[in-house]
Amino acid sequence: MDFGISEEQQQLKNSAREFLTGECPTTFVRKVMASEDGAAAELYAQIAKLGWQGLIVPEKFGGAGLAMLDMAMLLEEQGYAAMPGPFLFSSVLAASALNEFGTDELQQKWLPALADGKAIGTLAIAEEDDGIEPASISTRCRNEGGELVINGRKMFVPYANVADFIIAAVRTGDAPNEVTFVTIDSKAPGVNIKILKSLDLTRRVCSVELKDVRVKSSAQLKGGLDALRRIIDTAAVAVAADSLGGTARALEMAVEYSKVREQFGKPIGSFQALKHAAAEIVADLEPARSLLWYAAYALDAEPKAAPRAAAMAKARLSEVYSRATDRAVLMHGGIGFTWEHDIHLWFKRSRFDESYFGSPPYHRERVAQLGGY
Amino acid sequence: MDLSFTSEEEQLRQKVRKFLEEEIPKSGLKSASEGREDKTWLGKAKAWQRKLYDAGYVALAWPREYGGQAMDPVKQSIVNEEMVRANAPYLVGGSGLGMFGPTLISWGDEEQKKRFLPKILTAEEIWCQGYSEPGSGSDLASLRTRAEINGDEFVVNGQKVWTSGAQYSDWMFCLVRTDPEAPKHRGISYILIDMKTPGITVRPLVQMTGDKGFNEVFFDNVHVPRKNLVAKLNEGWLIANATLFHERNMLGASTGSQQRFNRLLALAKKIRRNGKPLIEDPVFRQRLVDLEVKVEAMRFHSYRQLTDQMRGKNPGVEAMINKLVGTELNHDLATAAMEAMGDYSMLARDDEQALDSGYWPYEWMFSLGLVIGGGTSHIQKNIIAERGLKMPKSR
Repeated sequence: MDFGISEEQQQLKNSAREFLTGECPTTFVRKVMASEDGAAAELYAQIAKLGWQGLIVPEKFGGAGLAMLDMAMLLEEQGYAAMPGPFLFSSVLAASALNEFGTDELQQKWLPALADGKAIGTLAIAEEDDGIEPASISTRCRNEGGELVINGRKMFVPYANVADFIIAAVRTGDAPNEVTFVTIDSKAPGVNIKILKSLDLTRRVCSVELKDVRVKSSAQLKGGLDALRRIIDTAAVAVAADSLGGTARALEMAVEYSKVREQFGKPIGSFQALKHAAAEIVADLEPARSLLWYAAYALDAEPKAAPRAAAMAKARLSEVYSRATDRAVLMHGGIGFTWEHDIHLWFKRSRFDESYFGSPPYHRERVAQLGGY
Repeated sequence: MDLSFTSEEEQLRQKVRKFLEEEIPKSGLKSASEGREDKTWLGKAKAWQRKLYDAGYVALAWPREYGGQAMDPVKQSIVNEEMVRANAPYLVGGSGLGMFGPTLISWGDEEQKKRFLPKILTAEEIWCQGYSEPGSGSDLASLRTRAEINGDEFVVNGQKVWTSGAQYSDWMFCLVRTDPEAPKHRGISYILIDMKTPGITVRPLVQMTGDKGFNEVFFDNVHVPRKNLVAKLNEGWLIANATLFHERNMLGASTGSQQRFNRLLALAKKIRRNGKPLIEDPVFRQRLVDLEVKVEAMRFHSYRQLTDQMRGKNPGVEAMINKLVGTELNHDLATAAMEAMGDYSMLARDDEQALDSGYWPYEWMFSLGLVIGGGTSHIQKNIIAERGLKMPKSR
C-alpha cells in the first residue's frame, strides 16, 4: 500500500508551478480576461511544446499516455495560477471522452490534433434547466438516411467560441436513458455560438444553438448512459483538482497579506481572528487533497469505486474552494473588494468550479444513491 | 499510488477479522468505551488487551526488544481498520500505547524502555498523563508543580487536574518544574511517577456525563528516583510536545470517526420519520453524506500520512490538523445522531427506552470533551497558523 504521489508526479507539479509563475502571472491572466476570445492562444502554443495537451492522450495518437493522477498535478497548478483558456475542457474532458468512447475514425481524426495543441474540443451537456442527468437532455438527434440531424440548444459550453468541435449529449428516443454523444464540427451549418457574459473571466462560456445540424452517423460516440456517467466522473475530478490549487493560492495570498498589513501597530496576522480563519482553510484543504488524490487514482485503477470517489471529491472541493476564497477576500479587508487586487480572480473562479458539472448537493445525493441509501 | 495489499497483508486482515468475531463477545465488554462505572470493567478491559496482545495485534510496529514485532505501520493500520469494522472495545492501555510509549521509544534510555514498554503492551501497567494544572490549561508551559532535587531523588509538590484514568493507573508521565528561575519553557522536566508512592492523593471529578472519568491528583512531598527522569533535566518541554503530537493524532484518529459514522448510518436506516426510514429524508441524507465525505477524506488523509511516515518524510502542516478535524468531526457526527433521534435524544443512557443503548447522548457529551482535551480547537488553530503557516505570534 502506497498512498502518495510519485517523484515524477511531484516533478511535474513543480515544473508546472515554475512555468506558470513565469509565463502566466496575473498581469497575463488579466490581459486574457480582457480579450475577446479568452483563449490565450500564445500561452497554449508554449504549453503544447511542454506536451501538456497530450498528457493523457495515448502514445499511439501522439500523446504521453499518462493517467488522471498525473493530469491532476497539472490541473492543480493551473488552478493555483488561475490559468485561463480551454485546457480542462479540451485536453481533459474532450480528450478523455474521445479516448474512452470515440470510434476509431473519431480518434484518428481528433486525438493527434488535440495532443499537439492544433485542435480544441469542448463538451456540451447542460441545457436550459442546467441539469446533467439524462432527464435534462432534450436536444434531439434523429437518423435521416444515414445522417444524424440534431436540434436543440446547449448552455454553459466552455470555449465553444474557439473550439473546432463540440461533443454534445443528445437524446435519441423518448425513454429516459436514450442518450448518447455526437461530435459536431463547430463551423457546421446550423451551429450558432454566442459567448455569454460570465462572472469568471478566466473562462468563457457559450450558448450553442443547434438547428438542423447534420453530421455523419460515424460522428456518434460509443456508449450512452455509461458514457455520460463516466464523463461526469472525469469532469468532477478534473474540476476538483483545479479547485484544490485555487484553494491553496487563496490561502497563500491571505496569509502573506496578513504578515505585511499592519493595524493597531502590528501585522494583522498576529490576531487570532485571522489565524483561525487561515487555520480553518488548512483544515479543509489538506484532507480534501488526500480525497482528490484518491478520486484521481480511482478513475484509472479502481473503476468500481471511481463514481463514488469522484462525487465525494467534487462535493467537498467545491465547498472548500468557495469557502476559502470567501474568507480570503475578507482577510484582505477593503483592498480585497477592489478590481485592482487579484484575489477576486479566484473568488469568481471558485464559483464556476462549484456549479460546473454539478453542485455539492447534487454530488452528495449521488454518493447516497451509490451507497444504496 | 498503489492501494493494493499484499497477500500476506490480506491474510492478516482475515485472521484479525475472524479473531475479533470470536473473541469480542467473550470479552464481556460492551463496545467502544461504554460501561466504565461497572466495578468489574477494569479487570475485563485489561484481560481484553492482554488477549489481543498475545494474539499479536497490539503495537505491531514497536521494536522487538520491547515486546513489539517491528512490522511496518501498514499492518498496524489493517488491525486498526478491523477493530473499527468489528466495533471492538477500546484498549484500556490506550494512553500508554498511543502517547507515552511512542515518546519513550524516541526519548527514553535503554533501562527505561526495557522496564516500562513491555508492560504497556500487556496492560499490566496503565499510564495516565500529568499535564494540566488548575492554573495551566492552554498555557501549559506555565505549570507550577515543583520537583526539587534531593540527592538521587526528586521531591514533588503540587497538583494536576483533568487526569483521565488516574484512579486506576499504575504510573503517570508527568511534567514538573525543575528550574523556577528559567524562562517558562526551559525549566520543565518530564518524569515518571509510580502512583503508589506515598504522598499522592487522587480525587475523582464528576464529568458532565455523570461519570468519574478524570481526576485531581495532589502531590505532597512525593519522592521520585532520579532515574525516572526522561531525557535531560529542564528539557521536558520538547518531550511534552512529542507526547502531545502522539496524543493529538490518537484523539483525531480517522478510525474513531469511521466507527461513529457506521453507527450513525445504521441509526438513520432504523429510525422512521413520517412513515419512512429517516435515511430517505432528503435533508437528512445531505447532512449524513456531508459527514461521510469528511470521514472518508480523513481516512485517505491517514493513508497519506502513513505513506509519508514509511517514506521517512517529516510531518508538516498536514499532520497538524488531525486533532482539530477529527474531534470536531466526531462531535458533529454525534450531534447529527442527536437530531436524528428527535425526542429520544432527551433520554439518558440508562433509560430502557433509549435508542441504540443510549450511546449517542453520552457520546455527544464525551466527544465535546475531546474537542477540549489535548489542546482545544482554538489552540490547535493557533498551532496550525503559527507553526504551520508561520503567521506572527500574538504573545
